[in-house]
Amino acid sequence: MKTRTSDPTVEQVVKKIAAAHREQRGALLPILHAVQAELGHVPKEAVPVLADELNLSRADVHGVVSFYHDFRAEPAGHRTVRVCRAEACQAQGAGHLVEYVRQMGLTLGRTTEDGSVTVEQVFCLGNCALGPAVEVDGRLYGRVDTERLGALLHTTDQTQRHGVGATPDGSEAPRS
Amino acid sequence: MTQHPAQPHVRIYVPRDSAARSVGADEVAATIQQAADSPESAIDLVRTGSRGMLWLEPLVEVATEHGRIGYGPVTPDDVPALLAAGLLDGGEHPLRLGPVDELPWLARQNRVTFARVGVIDPLDADDYLRHGGLTGLRTALKLTPADVVAEVTDSGLRGRGGAGFPAGIKWKTVLDCPGELKFICCNADEGDSGTFADRMLMEGDPFLLIEGMTIAAHAVGAREGYLYIRSEYPDAVATMRAAIDIARERGWLGTSVLGTPLDFDLHVRVGAGAYICGEETSMLESLEGKRGMVRAKPPIPAIEGLFGKPTVVNNVLTLATVPVVLAQGAKAYQELGVERSRGTQVFQLGGNIARGGIVETAFGITLRELIEEYGGGTRSGRPVRTAQVGGPLGAYLPPSSFDLPMDYEAFAAAGAMVGHGGIVVFDDTVDMAAQARFAMEFCAAESCGKCTPCRVGSVRGVEVIDKIVAGEQRDENLALLDDLCDLMTEGSLCAMGGLTPLPVRSALAHFADDFLGEVAADKRTEGTA
Repeated sequence: MKTRTSDPTVEQVVKKIAAAHREQRGALLPILHAVQAELGHVPKEAVPVLADELNLSRADVHGVVSFYHDFRAEPAGHRTVRVCRAEACQAQGAGHLVEYVRQMGLTLGRTTEDGSVTVEQVFCLGNCALGPAVEVDGRLYGRVDTERLGALLHTTDQTQRHGVGATPDGSEAPRS
Repeated sequence: MTQHPAQPHVRIYVPRDSAARSVGADEVAATIQQAADSPESAIDLVRTGSRGMLWLEPLVEVATEHGRIGYGPVTPDDVPALLAAGLLDGGEHPLRLGPVDELPWLARQNRVTFARVGVIDPLDADDYLRHGGLTGLRTALKLTPADVVAEVTDSGLRGRGGAGFPAGIKWKTVLDCPGELKFICCNADEGDSGTFADRMLMEGDPFLLIEGMTIAAHAVGAREGYLYIRSEYPDAVATMRAAIDIARERGWLGTSVLGTPLDFDLHVRVGAGAYICGEETSMLESLEGKRGMVRAKPPIPAIEGLFGKPTVVNNVLTLATVPVVLAQGAKAYQELGVERSRGTQVFQLGGNIARGGIVETAFGITLRELIEEYGGGTRSGRPVRTAQVGGPLGAYLPPSSFDLPMDYEAFAAAGAMVGHGGIVVFDDTVDMAAQARFAMEFCAAESCGKCTPCRVGSVRGVEVIDKIVAGEQRDENLALLDDLCDLMTEGSLCAMGGLTPLPVRSALAHFADDFLGEVAADKRTEGTA
């Protein structure tokens, strides 16, 4: 899924987005959000283009992209699962969910090799009375136990080629 | 349907709040719509915010001549039986709760800022007006800016974001600054664990926040406002954007607000996953399109804020309380509360708690009343061991401290903080050494990196706690941790590094046994057995 430096589409997309947001004050964050919404990540080829468009140094732009957790250098998997690990969810058993994720052969912050799922940790989804909370593709779920998390991870959509729960060696992932 | 001949459509309310949706409110709404909507029994399904009784979500309400009757928590599978039991007439059913406004949990509260949340359709501008919306703004627009500032000062309203600085004093500083370009910035980067009131307010009563920001603009002479919402709150972002569009169409924002000379427009900006951007100067940097690095103060943002211009930076609840202050008068608001903590605080009960949610009540209520009476103890049914108050940078308090009144000064005197009013409850299975370690780990992960005590101190803090728990030169390392906490408290640029020692030290002070490593683990096993 890597975009080559010579790929003209990144430059075109970024320039178009920059033009649409140029009138805003402090436009860099809205532009980066829009680039990520359009391309699924902020490719490193976007950095010099943005620097040029906004009259910033490349270091400035790179510094901003790398500072914020939301901006990805690589595309995410077909589905993104975010497990809340903040205190309120910890108090309700978020640790068991993290343990379960590991048992399934998934690593927090990584995308599976087949590109099917990215599992991340997040600190607070604002669902502190109904934890543990998990977000799947932007949708919030409350009172999630390992069984429910397993079901959420296993829900297949058309774009998926492999079972989400498959471990790297292809064996069946353990169930809770 | 023979009842209510004058009202052919029965009005049913189902929340659209994201917490309610997280446990199935959308599915419940869809099932009700499908099952009930027939020519004989047409319904009006209204999607509201949440009343904040989150253990009852999804909470379904039906309008009857005896008021709004509640049922909850409702699953889609319950819907056929509920309809058969006469849901549309408020009929009897095991899930029936009675008139929602009379439920003791809600009736005992003093809903001021949250008065409309869960009651109205958040994006129905007429509903907003019918429930007293814009009264505060209309009052403010008849007053001079200085009089509005005086009213806010007299109310005793202090910033609800955590620091508790008097709102009126901040506003006066901005008002007194010369210059044409000033800004109103609403800090909606509610990143603290255990806090969700900002989110619920934005999702449940967005026009109130718009009204509050507009009053602030009139009070200080600003024409532009920014609402910085964290990206973890997509529903709040969508609701606020929709409400701002409606407000512009209605002439509540834009040029000549409500036909007066006030010009004010408002923009939503979305954060990008950085806890530190909840700190006001980091938020300003982020709004300017930079890394969210903390600024050294002075200059304070009121004098040199966004793009170096005088800026009001307030939290969501602070700004959302201003319309009430103007509508009901400073005196009415000031009469609530204790000492220098005036008005109401929106407490948020979360974590391992039986009845979690929003409790808006005057300052001075005790932690015990909140956790035991409102909260009903732990959800697990085990004894409460501790509550962390005021977010991840707040102290862990043992039950022996629960009689402390919720009051900024009383909490500060006890080495704790009220913060944003978040209360996270833990049962007796919690490992407090792990929680202390987590506080340091969180600081290491989320520090902006500008100052060394926070950036490096937090990493060292994790290492030292690990050594203590492993039993490595325990006394020396405890002394080192103490020294490190002093350094972080005194030397950090902002509250991130400066307050991280609070959870760490409180855990050590009240739960020292947990830091004994294997000894502690054995003890906990005994406790569980």
